[in-house]
Amino acid sequence: MLDFVQNFPCFSILLCMFAGIISSALNGKSAKLLNRCVLILITVMSAVLLVYLVGKGESFVYVAGSFPAPWGNELRAGVLEAGMALFFCIIMLLSLLGGGYKLDLELEHGKEKLYYIMINLLMSSLLALIYTNDMFTAYVFVEINTISACGLIMIRQWGRTIEAATRYMIMSLLGSGLLLMGLVFLYGITGHLLMSNIHTQVVQIAATETYRVPLMVTIALICVGLAIKSALFPFHNWLPDAYGYSTVSSAAILSSLVSKGYIFLLIKIIYRVIGFNIIQDSKVINILFVFGLAGMIFGSLSAMKEKDIRRMIAYSSVAQIGYIYMGFGLGTTAGMIASIFHIISHAASKSLLFVSAAGLSDVSGDSTDFFDLTGAAYRNKAAGAAFTVGSLSMVGLPLFAGFISKLLFAQAAAISSSWKMLPTLVVLALSTILNAIYFMKTVVRIYTPVKWNAVLHSKVTIKDNPVTAFALFLFIVLNILLGMCSQPVMNLINSGLHMFA
Amino acid sequence: MGGNLLTNYGEAVAMILFGIGCSNLLLQKNLIKKIIGLNIMDTAIYLFLAEKGYIANKMAPIITNGVQDASAYINPIPSGLVLTGIVVSVSVTALMLSLTIRLYQRYHTLDMDEISVMIKKEGK
Repeated sequence: MLDFVQNFPCFSILLCMFAGIISSALNGKSAKLLNRCVLILITVMSAVLLVYLVGKGESFVYVAGSFPAPWGNELRAGVLEAGMALFFCIIMLLSLLGGGYKLDLELEHGKEKLYYIMINLLMSSLLALIYTNDMFTAYVFVEINTISACGLIMIRQWGRTIEAATRYMIMSLLGSGLLLMGLVFLYGITGHLLMSNIHTQVVQIAATETYRVPLMVTIALICVGLAIKSALFPFHNWLPDAYGYSTVSSAAILSSLVSKGYIFLLIKIIYRVIGFNIIQDSKVINILFVFGLAGMIFGSLSAMKEKDIRRMIAYSSVAQIGYIYMGFGLGTTAGMIASIFHIISHAASKSLLFVSAAGLSDVSGDSTDFFDLTGAAYRNKAAGAAFTVGSLSMVGLPLFAGFISKLLFAQAAAISSSWKMLPTLVVLALSTILNAIYFMKTVVRIYTPVKWNAVLHSKVTIKDNPVTAFALFLFIVLNILLGMCSQPVMNLINSGLHMFA
Repeated sequence: MGGNLLTNYGEAVAMILFGIGCSNLLLQKNLIKKIIGLNIMDTAIYLFLAEKGYIANKMAPIITNGVQDASAYINPIPSGLVLTGIVVSVSVTALMLSLTIRLYQRYHTLDMDEISVMIKKEGK
């Protein structure tokens, strides 16, 4: 018999989607309220689901309609899925809270409604990517995700953002084209669309060595397609403009959630569709490994050259996506766990950085230029402290989330016996140094005292903007929690991966 | 190998079209040509799907003359996938075209490189 809790994945996807549809008939204020309520409700539901699944100890399949396995559409929830959904909801809520005051200033009048429609659709597609058990449903929601992300980029109608949205669309569409081609190949050789059924067939195909080449091509198409969509280096040229000039909340959401949704889908495909052993045997992960390493170095180098604080944070995202793919490329379970932890820690720190950087530029005459930000941390203490915490976490100082993920990557590299150990450790060290150079440079800059400039400077205290300060505080707590109590999170990831198999 | 290619000429054509569309989407400077490339690429995938779903000498999957045996008909799922895919690519094309209109109104050109240069000069 179906427990009531087992309906929650389906409820949360549908709630978000209908909230988006209803928002189109509301005004900006009520749309905002509806969005907040729905997000809080889904956060609670995901938390309950997570507790239920941890207690139950196994995953469950939710059959949509009453059509059984090979025909119907299915959702599937395990500990990892519920945990990711919970985490994504929290980050989404905090990003909206932290950047909310800016939205009112930055959006043209009458566009708030559209913004919340996009947010709702984005959230529903993210949840669907997390929970779905059907490859073609995943493809459709990948496209919905792309379209709503494009809306979030271009809601602020500047030349830069429209150009960035166009570049983003071109790259994304190339990625989804390759992904769809991969899915069609997979359907062609297995005859199924549900992940579990495809997996059974793939195992047989791999054992009998029929369709060896098509299977390799399929893996390559899917991996490369999703890598392009999540902005793995060299496909990142749209990213700095898109993150640098869109509204604060958009930048925080895009960097910490949108790209992570695709990566999570790739993890699901690796484990649930193709099977980890077959991926390990294929040479495709070596390509991801090499590009991941290149991204770690070149993303950081570009960030060092940047004079604009938001573009600098955006380039740092390129490097962090590189870390995640490097973890995939190691081809071990330890590497995978490190990557999943890094998805979480990067999302927590990057959205914190974007929100606090906006607070810093507020008190510096709305400038994002590096030199105008001198001493900004004294003028906006909350944002200054938050930016410092985010930077330290990105650099990988103990106590913060970033340290744990770097530690996990280093451990995973050290115990992997292949040729990948040395390059990983060397690049990890190099990239950490580069991270430290550009983040610490910024922290020192914002804490350098400067003479008061009445034209540029203003002061914001916590009382002026309590909501943002509260969101920043929660972000900081989240970062420190992830850094200090990483073991429960690790256990969750571990048992979630077990449930995948 | 060669024989396979000849019997599956539909799939081979689809792959060639996919390559053409893909390279147009990436390499063309003109935005409209990029969008045309995108459409060629998507259509190639649908052609491939339709070819995969077709079984020679079988009917469209609509019950005719009361024949209920599944082996009399072709596989309906690829056709369903093609329909869904078409809906997706229509909406994506519409979005791309609207972005192109915005860019053209602002910069009076469709050349992506020229637009980039103008934006750099503009500063923001």
